Amino acid sequence: MTTYLLKGARILGGAPADLLIRDGVIAEAGPGADPAGAEVIDADGLVALPGLVDLHTHLREPGREDAETVESGTLAAALGGYTAVHAMANTEPVADTAGVVEQVWRLGREAGHCDVHPVGAVTRGIEGAQLAELGAMADSAARVRVFSDDGHCVSDAVLMRRALEYVKAFDGVIAQHAQEPRLTEGAQMNEGVMSARLGLSGWPAVAEEAIIARDCLLAAHVGSRLHVCHVSTAGSVEIIRWAKSKGWQVTAEVTPHHLLLTDDRAGTYDPIFKVNPPLRTGEDVTALREALADGTIDCVATDHAPHPVEAKETEWSAASMGMIGLETALPVVQEAMVETGLLDWAGVADRMSVRPARIGRISGQGEALTVGAAANITLYDPGVRARVDPAGFASKSRNSPFAGLDLPGRVVATFLRGRPTVLDGKPA
Amino acid sequence: MKRHLLSAGDLGKDDALLILDTAEELAQVADRSIKKLPTLRGRTVVNLFFEDSTRTRISFEAAAKRLSADVINFSAKGSSVSKGESLKDTALTLEAMGADGVVVRHNASGAPHRLANWVHGSVVNAGDGTHEHPTQALLDAFSMRRRLGNLEGRRVSIVGDILHSRVARSNVLLLHTLGAEVTVVAPPTLMPVAVDAWPCEVSYDLDAVIPKSDVVMMLRVQRERMNAAYFPTVREYSRRYGLNGDRMGRMPEDSIVMHPGPMNRGIEIAAEVADSQRSTIVEQVANGVTVRMAVLYLLLGGSESALGGAVPVPATASAAVSMERDA
Repeated sequence: MTTYLLKGARILGGAPADLLIRDGVIAEAGPGADPAGAEVIDADGLVALPGLVDLHTHLREPGREDAETVESGTLAAALGGYTAVHAMANTEPVADTAGVVEQVWRLGREAGHCDVHPVGAVTRGIEGAQLAELGAMADSAARVRVFSDDGHCVSDAVLMRRALEYVKAFDGVIAQHAQEPRLTEGAQMNEGVMSARLGLSGWPAVAEEAIIARDCLLAAHVGSRLHVCHVSTAGSVEIIRWAKSKGWQVTAEVTPHHLLLTDDRAGTYDPIFKVNPPLRTGEDVTALREALADGTIDCVATDHAPHPVEAKETEWSAASMGMIGLETALPVVQEAMVETGLLDWAGVADRMSVRPARIGRISGQGEALTVGAAANITLYDPGVRARVDPAGFASKSRNSPFAGLDLPGRVVATFLRGRPTVLDGKPA
Repeated sequence: MKRHLLSAGDLGKDDALLILDTAEELAQVADRSIKKLPTLRGRTVVNLFFEDSTRTRISFEAAAKRLSADVINFSAKGSSVSKGESLKDTALTLEAMGADGVVVRHNASGAPHRLANWVHGSVVNAGDGTHEHPTQALLDAFSMRRRLGNLEGRRVSIVGDILHSRVARSNVLLLHTLGAEVTVVAPPTLMPVAVDAWPCEVSYDLDAVIPKSDVVMMLRVQRERMNAAYFPTVREYSRRYGLNGDRMGRMPEDSIVMHPGPMNRGIEIAAEVADSQRSTIVEQVANGVTVRMAVLYLLLGGSESALGGAVPVPATASAAVSMERDA
């Protein structure tokens, strides 16, 4: 295995230092590491972060390999600086058995671009009626710890309670897609000024907040871990802040797109901006940024949701919901959080690597870049700025809402346990 | 004027007045024995209707034919669309046929906006989902002007399912542009949550609004709303928000009653009101053809005079029809 010396890297944005990577771990960290026999990578001016961890990725395989595969999605992840992703369960067939989660896990190992941790469905077929075999998935080779019906809400209060209770046996967590179904029948976009003007059915903030409030109370009642997926409203932030103040085991994520974009984007009726939960208002964006900065929201998760061209080249109401985000997540977070002074690079590392790894209960990821730690490292150049062009993405899909925007930063290299998956911004 | 007519909000005051004034000129044609003008000879107008609407389609068809355009009616039923063809592929098909104008009715809000990205011709929104119906608003404004004169400062009350009404959206925008004072009236369940951002007043009380209205425009209550808990019963809706003879009696002198049709007689409007002297409902249909002629002429007609020189067009008309090519 090649030994690498990352010369002059700014660990978490600090003073320049050298990182020696040998045998999959960080062998030396600090100024003046011995380069003997090592391949030297000039990391002058680059920020070194622990490899990013995504709690919320749709890899689409099995079933929709036209939109994404484990191979293409994990390569996109590596190019975005990720060393681990959690693959959501809403595939075809649904990842609701040990067999499917092991298949996805093995495909991830074969691709080798980053670790793939399958998320198990909470209910059979994501139908919200009967619990899936959560224990079998937990005990499988994939060692599933995160369970979610993402795309659908576990809206039945009793079923949600049982799921929260049941996964305590193996320290699992239920990641809830908070969407009250009756309040969002036919919903197309955030309910507000824009939906009233555009004549599109509203997706009211209360439909998210009501479920989050209920689930926080349920999690408290049974003493379980709850994770809230893609928080999108200022009201949700308030509820989560309150639940955390009680000491309840509630964590939450926010997507890059909810940190940067607002529902004004729907004005052209271009469904590239159609997503679930929908883009919200400027006030919501401000609240989400502040919550991520103060830790109320624990982490950034991409909700990378690839769709083929024809699913978006259509009228708004007929289009699929979702956006891709793996290859733009770090630049978007820099734009929304670092450039605004809300987070420093240590904060970015915490929200995009340390905390998501902890929530997902995965070891060897999200560790401090110190001697002896697994060499999962992202080298990032925050000093460049470029226009987003999805044509160059590794993802099989092109549905990026950031296309055409000027965003800062570029992932230069990604190391997975000492092996480069990305070098000079290209697949290694 | 922009190249397309997608929203009443696209029209500035000058644009709106130009259309109404042009329609006024064209209305003279309706009184001639030969109603046809050569203005759009050689141009092709496609009526692309994804939703059944015989009234609107024949209105556009008559308008285009009176301007001598070739008209192709493309109805979703029985066509490739019903076999799953996408809106984009339909658009590319029309494009290949060389449509100069596409009049589109679609059940999805914003479908005309999408179509405008894929065709070179002018797109006219003939009603999209619960979004807008700009030519309906233009013909309503035209009908009001004919009865009431200038709309500046006129008080217009729009009553009914504001939440789902494309007629209401377009009318609020256009009438505000034209200087009228608009009030929307509905039970709170049928009002958009952010209606306070609209350039109009909001009321839940029809009886309070009636005596202060120069125009009362009643909207159709859709059948599907009746079973979705927007209001308890049709009878209660009719009692609180229907325009009956008693309420009409409290309207100011010379005020008018409008309805875009088709009406639910006995629900939102009583028969005696629909058939009264105040009602402009039949005029609205006739004016629809005239106003749509003006729209098609201004979007497709280039620099030629609308009436082929037979009647002079106001100087402002020919000057303002240079088309702004927006990408």
